[in-house]
Amino acid sequence: MTIQLDENYYRMLTDLQAADFVLVELTLYLDTHPTDRAALQQFNDFSMKRQKLAYEFQLAYGPLTQFGQSGPPQNSWRWAQDPWPWQV
Amino acid sequence: MNPEVRVYVPFRGPFDPCPPIGVKTFVTPPNLFIQFQPMGLPQFSPYEALRLGTLWPDLYSNYYPR
Amino acid sequence: MWIYEKKLQYPVRVSKCDPHMAKLLIEQYGGADGELAAALRYLNQRYTIPDKVIGLLTDIGTEEFAHLEMIATMIYKLTKDATPDQLKAAGLGDYYVNHDSALYYQNAAGVPWTAAYIQAKGDPIADLYEDIAAEEKARATYQWLIDLTDDVDLQDGLKFLREREIIHSMRFREAVEILKCEREAQKIF
Repeated sequence: MTIQLDENYYRMLTDLQAADFVLVELTLYLDTHPTDRAALQQFNDFSMKRQKLAYEFQLAYGPLTQFGQSGPPQNSWRWAQDPWPWQV
Repeated sequence: MNPEVRVYVPFRGPFDPCPPIGVKTFVTPPNLFIQFQPMGLPQFSPYEALRLGTLWPDLYSNYYPR
Repeated sequence: MWIYEKKLQYPVRVSKCDPHMAKLLIEQYGGADGELAAALRYLNQRYTIPDKVIGLLTDIGTEEFAHLEMIATMIYKLTKDATPDQLKAAGLGDYYVNHDSALYYQNAAGVPWTAAYIQAKGDPIADLYEDIAAEEKARATYQWLIDLTDDVDLQDGLKFLREREIIHSMRFREAVEILKCEREAQKIF
């Protein structure tokens, strides 16, 4: 199955990148502010949100991670198919 | 004028062949003025944060090309 | 262990075929203050730094690999489909003869990456101050790269990377503050 790099693909990808960016920022912040309860709560909220976005993206466009770490079960091996991140 | 910009005037010797550029500038980004980030700073929306490269307006620095 | 994620940290765009800019950008791929040097420096320092800052070095080191992939993407897109003549005209003739358009860990002047760029001193303050300096040097390099292109899409990605250097510098300075307060642990002795 060939991936269509349409509007939907880029919208779902950007949604995930935005949520993941918040998680990267909060991760580094929590590394030096481990007692900030509000930041931890926000981290947990975004982590849930991220899982949902990643699951939906992977249902549509194939796995994001390998070694069995990606969300939905797979009925064909889509991991090694293009496009790769630098190609989109 | 970008408030992060600092300026100095390089010494001009009598035998400098290039036309003087007058002032030299450099940037002092906001992290230099915060010793330890306070808790609960205001945040950008997730999409703004991704576009700008930080979650916190207080740590955002724009760069204006020369 | 590391898990690869099949997406970029940031949506990288370039708006024109510009092999000369790729030649300059390679500074941040395999140069002294580039992303490879940063990732390897931080991940390697983790083994001999107080436990309180190992997490930070792990996470920033990992993010640097995402930035390395962004730089690779920029170089890839700027040179993709460029002909040997175009590469030669962009000053990449000597690069082409050795690598075609393959990516290589070298700086903008063609000097290959070397471990001599990075230090692991074993002194936590010395190591963290090197890390802070590395972030500020990388910030400056991004500024000079932004100055050298008029491609607003490329500038966009470079501005993101420049801002990340500012955040990393902030966190490393916080790590120094955390280590300055490590007096509680002395009670154990």
